[in-house]
Amino acid sequence: MAEAHPVGFQWVMEAKARGAKVIHVDPRFTRTSALADSYVPIRAGSDIAFLGGIVNYVLANELDFREYVVNYTNAATLVSEDFQDTDDLDGLFSGYDPETRTYDPTSWQYAGAESEGDEEQDHEMQRETASALQHESHGSGVEAHPPRDETLQDPRCVYQILKRHYARYTPEMVARTCGVSEEQFLEVCQAWTENSTPDRTTALVYSVGWTQHSVGVQYIRTGAILQLLLGNMGRPGGGVMALRGHASIQGSTDIPTLFNLLPGYLPMPNAKDHQSLEQWIEAISQPGSKGFWANASAYAINLLKAYFGEAATSENDFCFDYLPKITGDHGTYSTVLDMIDGKVKGYFLLGQNPAVGSAHGRAQRLGMANLDWLVVRDLFEIESATFWKSSPEVATGEIVPEECRTEVFLLPAASHVEKEGTFTQTQRMLQWRQKAVDPPGDCRSELWFFYHLGRMVKERYADSTDARDVPVQQLAWDYPTHGPHREPSAEAVLKEINGYEVESGRPLSAFTEMKADGSTLGGCWIYTGVFKDGVNQAARRKPAREQSLVAPEWGWAWPANRRLLYNRASADPDGKPWSERKAYVWWDEATGEWTGLDVPDFEKTKPPSYEPPEDADGVAALAGNDPFIMQGDGKGALYVPRGLIDGPMPTHYEPGESPFGNPLYAQQANPTSKVYLRPDNPMNPSPPQHSDVYPYVFTTSRLTEHHTAGGMSRFVARLAELQPEMFIEVSPELARERGLEAGGWATIVTSRSAIEARVLVTDRLTPLKVEGRTVHQVWLPYHWGEGGLVTGDSANDLIGINLDPNVLIQESKVGTCDVRPGRRPTGPALRQLVRDYLEETQR
Amino acid sequence: MTSLFGENDLWGPLDPTKDAGYGEDRPKRKGFFTDTSICIGCKACEVACKEWNDVPADHFDMLGSSYDNSHSLNANQWRHVAFIEQPTRAEPRQTVDLGMPVRAPSRPPEEEPGEDAEKPDFRWLMSSDVCKHCTHAACLDVCPTGSLFRSEFGTVVVQDDICNGCGYCVAACPYGVIERRRAPEGDKNVGIAQKCTLCYDRLGAGMTPACAQACPTQSIQFGDVDELRERADARVAELHEAGIMDARLYGNDPDDGIGGAGAFFLLLDEPEVYGLPPDPVVTTHDLSRMFHRATTAAAFMLAGAVVSFLGRRR
Repeated sequence: MAEAHPVGFQWVMEAKARGAKVIHVDPRFTRTSALADSYVPIRAGSDIAFLGGIVNYVLANELDFREYVVNYTNAATLVSEDFQDTDDLDGLFSGYDPETRTYDPTSWQYAGAESEGDEEQDHEMQRETASALQHESHGSGVEAHPPRDETLQDPRCVYQILKRHYARYTPEMVARTCGVSEEQFLEVCQAWTENSTPDRTTALVYSVGWTQHSVGVQYIRTGAILQLLLGNMGRPGGGVMALRGHASIQGSTDIPTLFNLLPGYLPMPNAKDHQSLEQWIEAISQPGSKGFWANASAYAINLLKAYFGEAATSENDFCFDYLPKITGDHGTYSTVLDMIDGKVKGYFLLGQNPAVGSAHGRAQRLGMANLDWLVVRDLFEIESATFWKSSPEVATGEIVPEECRTEVFLLPAASHVEKEGTFTQTQRMLQWRQKAVDPPGDCRSELWFFYHLGRMVKERYADSTDARDVPVQQLAWDYPTHGPHREPSAEAVLKEINGYEVESGRPLSAFTEMKADGSTLGGCWIYTGVFKDGVNQAARRKPAREQSLVAPEWGWAWPANRRLLYNRASADPDGKPWSERKAYVWWDEATGEWTGLDVPDFEKTKPPSYEPPEDADGVAALAGNDPFIMQGDGKGALYVPRGLIDGPMPTHYEPGESPFGNPLYAQQANPTSKVYLRPDNPMNPSPPQHSDVYPYVFTTSRLTEHHTAGGMSRFVARLAELQPEMFIEVSPELARERGLEAGGWATIVTSRSAIEARVLVTDRLTPLKVEGRTVHQVWLPYHWGEGGLVTGDSANDLIGINLDPNVLIQESKVGTCDVRPGRRPTGPALRQLVRDYLEETQR
Repeated sequence: MTSLFGENDLWGPLDPTKDAGYGEDRPKRKGFFTDTSICIGCKACEVACKEWNDVPADHFDMLGSSYDNSHSLNANQWRHVAFIEQPTRAEPRQTVDLGMPVRAPSRPPEEEPGEDAEKPDFRWLMSSDVCKHCTHAACLDVCPTGSLFRSEFGTVVVQDDICNGCGYCVAACPYGVIERRRAPEGDKNVGIAQKCTLCYDRLGAGMTPACAQACPTQSIQFGDVDELRERADARVAELHEAGIMDARLYGNDPDDGIGGAGAFFLLLDEPEVYGLPPDPVVTTHDLSRMFHRATTAAAFMLAGAVVSFLGRRR
């Protein structure tokens, strides 16, 4: 966190000054470790074993927060008799189909709900479309009143299943799998559990590298299970906090730049299953479940009204048919492979540098070299705009500048201080930015670019009589502009996102005001309220010292300016704070409503004792002690019966590339990961195959001094000089083993490519003992390319495309490699070296 | 003591601003307290300093010395973050490299990480160094042109347009902070002595120096020196109470060899570990004694000469 989020790390330091204990678990000793109370080195890719070990420690010693667990999680819920665990099937759950490498989750369902599997989509399609991502805020879609055993004794209840599932994750097994000493592991277990009580809470903070694994979603799930068991969710100082990778990455998930989501986590309609507005809405609202998704029709129709304005009416299903429908995997990696195959004509890159920053850099560049046109908008002439003339493939002869067919349009972009708008950070808080200076020369904001591009496209089609152009003609695209360059008003866009009454123009103050009849419109239902009372709430800047510790008047957080989600859980089942020290939101008997320091995440006047009638569904079905109001059963999910592709509970699998066999099960790696088997995307072999050609584990991450793919730092002298060269960190032991000289050069080889780096020998990397033998890990930053003031090879060239099945994120934080002394060969000899290694594996 | 110099003019506790002749309405002495125990080595101070003071960035070589690529305090580096990778107590103390030829100590025989062969606890110390703005500033005392002056804030500042590049200050500084700019060629200040001004221009406008403003963890604290000294004492006491007995202050003592620094530090190890001199003394410390001795010697010589002439007459 200190490395990649130095500004946010000030709060960790402040907490530490107030007595918090900071534990840092990481494959290498970083600037965060330097300031932590204790540092635990771990083998990259073994996190589920580590956290699963803590889950086992909690359950075996009955250290869970029992009252919280029984009332607020699905621990008591009974699961189908048909369910078989990885213990029974040696690493697989019941329902696995080796042909499609997917699961049929019918047997995972709650008891009595077996028939409700997933009738809507086939499971391969769910993986293709990263459908689990659509559950990010949807919950897992379970029915409202499953059978429960609140004594937690029934062998089919989630608690007992969880206990059996993690029983083999003993401290000894953790030590053997993760390379952590039992002592250190138990120290973490004790610190975590002792600090999770009615009076104290523990926070789990991770950076997005944690997601970049073939089991990335299950990593986070393990953390969530642990935090639920210990009663740390929905309580102040607890939670699972994702540190996002750049400014407003949270914002670009809320108002997404993803192929399978629409604003506010509405799923992108699917061509096969969502033929009508009704079908689409039903797929979101899931009649019969509890919670706020029951109002999905209002959210969806408000979005369609925002897109198509007056043209969207109840008679034409609010122009639902105009929405593009997805037919499968349109993710960034399949798109790149399609480029290589000549199936993609044009590509827009906005503030993104995949030639350096995305996995399998060679594939990225070869793909971009096979387009008709490419538009790059950036601050500098980044590698994704120059790949045709100066990439490593030009040196190897794979791209010939004179013959490269791609026409590149490089357009200068305005930086964040040269335009106005909002950033949404990890707490879901929107903060308005004022423009500090005008952008120089021809630099323009993204808002300007898209508004005028859309305007010109509409002008181009204005007179068309072709039916397929009607959606463009009817698109509502009317924003006030100002200044000599006709810059659109960012506040007007924010107001539309917030939503308003069509007739009066009155801004909505809460998403509960959204109507499904077309009388209101709003671009992103979860953001409704950010323009409450016609005031830009995101621009509020009341200093912390002038308000309560929750600071509700700084910026604005979705939903409804709520700073802590599911905060009903900060009070006990009777609505009283769990402790004075951790009082946050509670039931006020006198006034008959929920009150406290934050906006209660619960219906304001629904008492803690409320029991819904049997036949209720939606919001009305939530009981007074159902804090997880977006879940189908109102409970925190220790076990996920529906919605995940790779299993209802996290299970340790080895990374796609590993020098070790799976110590826990016969199943080596995630059986459902999304793979692209093609000659230009080879994978390094893992056991039982011949794996010692690439004997070392590598991981990559960022340095404080640079920003991701370097587009904002390598071109700026005062930043570039701070870390001027690509390097590799190795332990003194590995340096001796491989004859690497401090300050000299090393070549790192995988089956995709070979790169060179300067050698930094440091005690911050330490060999670990895993499965009785020593494993060396090396670390690489990934900021360099051939452009800028400081140049170097890109670590992402080493990585192959192997994706998590739930959200299609790449496994880029762990892989295997060889490290050899000296510089890499250049020209065609580079490819020959890579081929030689690959041949060696087949020997 | 001779009456040529006021009490503590050359060393010992002193209010340097009063001494420099500023009136009673002068502002309180300003300085930095750099608490290295919470430095995260982000180098925001280095960047902010260069941005505000327009200090050139022209050193694009990797040094291979942990994460330090800016080398030292010098004409183009007015803040410098040191990175010290240090196994605690397991190996003999690291010493400062004096640039003398030495034989590398042979490493102990290779050890496979066996069951008990755990790595020793490891520390990675980070510390942002800066000009100390000494109470008795040798650079200022030796400057023949008056380019270096004591500001109303008690800080020591170079005036680029007055400095003639003689370099006396460079040799005089007991910390090796001040240096004449050698590059980049064509820079207006090449040949001119350069160092931290404690952002004199920002102080004049009531602003915080750029480095302290940019520091995310408040490792660099700016304020009145009196108040900062109290804060530093409290912080050391707090760390001692938490069992961190290595914590110590450096440069805070008005009785030390420079009369106390305007910019002082909380360190977690001996100053040498951070590349700081353990007991710096202002180079003008012995000036009055030297003057006494020289005068006495001169007097004796004169007396001798007189005596010899007297003798001759006989």
